[in-house]
Amino acid sequence: MYACLLLLAVIVLNFGMMHLAPGDVADSISQSMGGADEEVLNEIRATYGLDKPFIVQLGSYIGKVLRFDLGYSFFYTQPVTKLIFEKLPATLLLVLSAQFLALVVGVFLGVYSAQRPNGISSHFVSFFALFGYSAPVFWSGLLLLIGFSLHIQWFPVAGMRDVTIEGNLWEESIDIVRHMVLPVISLASIFLALYSRLSRATMMEVLGSDYIRTAKSKGLTDREIVYKHALKNSLSPVITLAGLQFSAVVSGAVLVESVFSWPGLGTLAFDSIIARDTPTILGILFFSALVVIVGNLLTDLTLRLVDPRVRISG
Amino acid sequence: MSSIDEDTVKARHPFAEAFEMFFKNYAAVVALIVLGLIVLMAIFGPTLYPVDPFDMVWMPFSPPGEEGFLFGTDYLGRDLVSMIIHGSRVSIIIGLSAAFMTVFIGVTIGAMAGFYRGWVEEVLMRITEFFQVLPTLLFAMVIVALFGASLTMITIAIGAVSWTAVARITRTEFLRIRELEYVTASRASGANNFVLMFRIILPNALPPIIVQAALMVGSAILFEAGLSFLGLTDPNVVSWGQVIGSNRSYLLDAGYTVTIPGAAIFITVLCISLVGDGLNDALNPKLRQR
Repeated sequence: MYACLLLLAVIVLNFGMMHLAPGDVADSISQSMGGADEEVLNEIRATYGLDKPFIVQLGSYIGKVLRFDLGYSFFYTQPVTKLIFEKLPATLLLVLSAQFLALVVGVFLGVYSAQRPNGISSHFVSFFALFGYSAPVFWSGLLLLIGFSLHIQWFPVAGMRDVTIEGNLWEESIDIVRHMVLPVISLASIFLALYSRLSRATMMEVLGSDYIRTAKSKGLTDREIVYKHALKNSLSPVITLAGLQFSAVVSGAVLVESVFSWPGLGTLAFDSIIARDTPTILGILFFSALVVIVGNLLTDLTLRLVDPRVRISG
Repeated sequence: MSSIDEDTVKARHPFAEAFEMFFKNYAAVVALIVLGLIVLMAIFGPTLYPVDPFDMVWMPFSPPGEEGFLFGTDYLGRDLVSMIIHGSRVSIIIGLSAAFMTVFIGVTIGAMAGFYRGWVEEVLMRITEFFQVLPTLLFAMVIVALFGASLTMITIAIGAVSWTAVARITRTEFLRIRELEYVTASRASGANNFVLMFRIILPNALPPIIVQAALMVGSAILFEAGLSFLGLTDPNVVSWGQVIGSNRSYLLDAGYTVTIPGAAIFITVLCISLVGDGLNDALNPKLRQR
């Protein structure tokens, strides 16, 4: 319910920006025709309902978006929704794998270093966190590219698949995975830093609590204590943070996609911004907000699974 | 309780202790010095090294250290040292002004939400959540694309998308502080809402806001670098991200045209994060025991 309201707000914002921006659909159509006089412009405006009052236009825009009609791209000469659905899976694949990798490795690093607060690994995690937080993601992406696909040619330079590999499902998936490795690592590195830092802090807090002492005095091994008892309780803050980071992951994906020419929404957004293709740009903004909202809902569901306390209070 | 030592008798400024703690943190101090040098470079660099970053001074792709060019030349034969120096201006100006804007919006919204509670809080926090749903970079890209890529627009775009964290922190602090006794006392002695919010509560809510503001400068710099890497920047001004973006097609032959400006961004943001961490330890000593 609340998610729907958020979505509605995104639609209204989109529409408002379209209105505030200099130039309208009529202008861009006339541009693609090579210019038109005022009369023709007004005719086009009448056809697209641009001469109606603001509220009426807004209402019809909302109605259209709810039917997944985001307008027509005059640059790609395709409906925007179709364009986006072609690119969305690639972005989802990138975003979800990066989040997954960051969470798993981040939590593991955090837990590992929480057990040895003054050890080398702990300093390593702090240092790594700082690095991931401060390095621009496109720069670390380019460094990985220089290192692992130009100098040591382990991974392909760009794109998502090799056109020469076709037919065999297994080989195709292997090919996609090979293309994914560098983009996912560079995108995950920012968030890995955040998650490892937080999970280290919460793990240290949990390890200091009474029931851990009970478990210890009961004679359980350290490994059992950490992975069976403490881990579950230290997970929920990290998952909450991961949920909040969804919009940042999508933002990072835009840059990473640009670095690795990953054929997703980010690349599409970039191309359509260069082409001043407003309907496509706003459509992408709408869909990426949708991705974030769905991501947040999924986070809530996961939290409910992991932490029974949320189930009771929520 | 034998004798009261001098420190407690002299009324110390509340920040004096934090100041001392900060300077015990070597990493933060070194980072602060490096940042100072970067700022000096931004201010005086162009006068001391009078090479126009747009001038083609030599052959393209002259490697670093050769022909008298410390960082070499880029794909158009422009001097990279000069581009780095001029780029630092954009990063610092945008970093500071966007962070300022972020703090201004965030503190205003957070303070109102935390102070008035009720429906004001409800509405403002819903707005905050709304802005958290928008993928920040994409939203900023859209703003810049629709309304033009001037430095002012870029600053506004960054400020408009990144104030939510500040608003949340401010609200939490206000919720806590507004219940304290000295606030009630000031209210009883006739302070109006404005005075209560900005003279009584805000100064006490500042420490976490200052830390966040410091980190915001770093993230604004990263943000600007991302936008200009994508080419969404004022074409008449050199910036670090833009240098990377325009040279990225020549990675194999001239990797340094990408690594050097990237390192400049990285070092600047790293120093800001270190200073932020130092401030955090100094201003919130309780958290340190964790």
